Amino acid sequence: MDKTYRNLAIGLALLIVLVPLGLFASGETFGEWGPQEVKERLGFVPSGLDQLSNFWKAPLPDYALPGGRESKTAAAATYILSGVIGVAVCGGLLYLVGKRIAKD
Amino acid sequence: MHIPDGYLGPYTYIAFWIIMFPIWYYAGKRLSAELKSRQVPLLALAAAFTFVIMMFNIPIPGGSTGHAVGGAIIGIVLGPWAAVIAITVALVLQAMVFGDGGITAIAANCFNMAVVIPFVAFYSYHLISNGTVITSRRRVIAAALAGWASLTIAAAVTAFEFGIQPILHHSAEGVPLYMPYSLGVTLPAMILEHAFGFSILEALITAMIFSYIQRTDPSLFYGERSLARENKRKKTAST
Repeated sequence: MDKTYRNLAIGLALLIVLVPLGLFASGETFGEWGPQEVKERLGFVPSGLDQLSNFWKAPLPDYALPGGRESKTAAAATYILSGVIGVAVCGGLLYLVGKRIAKD
Repeated sequence: MHIPDGYLGPYTYIAFWIIMFPIWYYAGKRLSAELKSRQVPLLALAAAFTFVIMMFNIPIPGGSTGHAVGGAIIGIVLGPWAAVIAITVALVLQAMVFGDGGITAIAANCFNMAVVIPFVAFYSYHLISNGTVITSRRRVIAAALAGWASLTIAAAVTAFEFGIQPILHHSAEGVPLYMPYSLGVTLPAMILEHAFGFSILEALITAMIFSYIQRTDPSLFYGERSLARENKRKKTAST
């Protein structure tokens, strides 16, 4: 394998291991509040927001097991697992499709 | 920057699905016409990289958090159309499996992060590097500025989508139905936290990866090999 690619892949692997660092930032992101947080800010939940926010149940909401009762270590492990899933699916899918459509 | 379900009303999210379908279609056509087998691992790495880098939430003063996207360097290395595909794949997975960004908002989020970021980055990088040789220092600075500008502009576009919701959707009494904050709140909030926070991280990441590829294998950059071929053709034509 190409040396540049190999080193980029090593860098990516390192990022996956370090990904739990992203859990330390505990604040809320602007415009990504759950209905409960909107209520705390405004005193009410806009009705459309309330209805649509239940549109989808993600299997690993916020890169964690559903229910939200994980220990710090378990949360870090789930976070890394989420990173591994993301890399495997995104990288794997584009690699396979890319191989199929690539010219030469 | 991942808009959840419920923040954009139907006018906005449907409009973005209508905007994004032809963009995805054309991006797919461009990718299958231009992709070389040598670039395939890079395409796969790019999608994996943007997924992972978005997991690095960083706190900023004021209690908010956010992250870089990595979309700028992908746009510069792979070209903006391939970047559309790579970043879209990551965003769809984030929405469906991890609830990061809404399902109804997938098209809007893809417009903001998979279109605005790589296109702004690609063109501002080329504007700033303006004919310098691929190995020049100026290109690293161009890449950094492109990273900063692209994420900041994407944040402004997202803020605009947020801020028009109270105008588009409210009850007869004027109570907002979706995103409750108006442009006067969303624009400064989104632009400031990106311009002085997350966009700086995006600039650093873009410059670091850019200078690594520049030192090791600059022929990987989108357009560089075709440029080399062009020069060769010109040379053979003139002799």
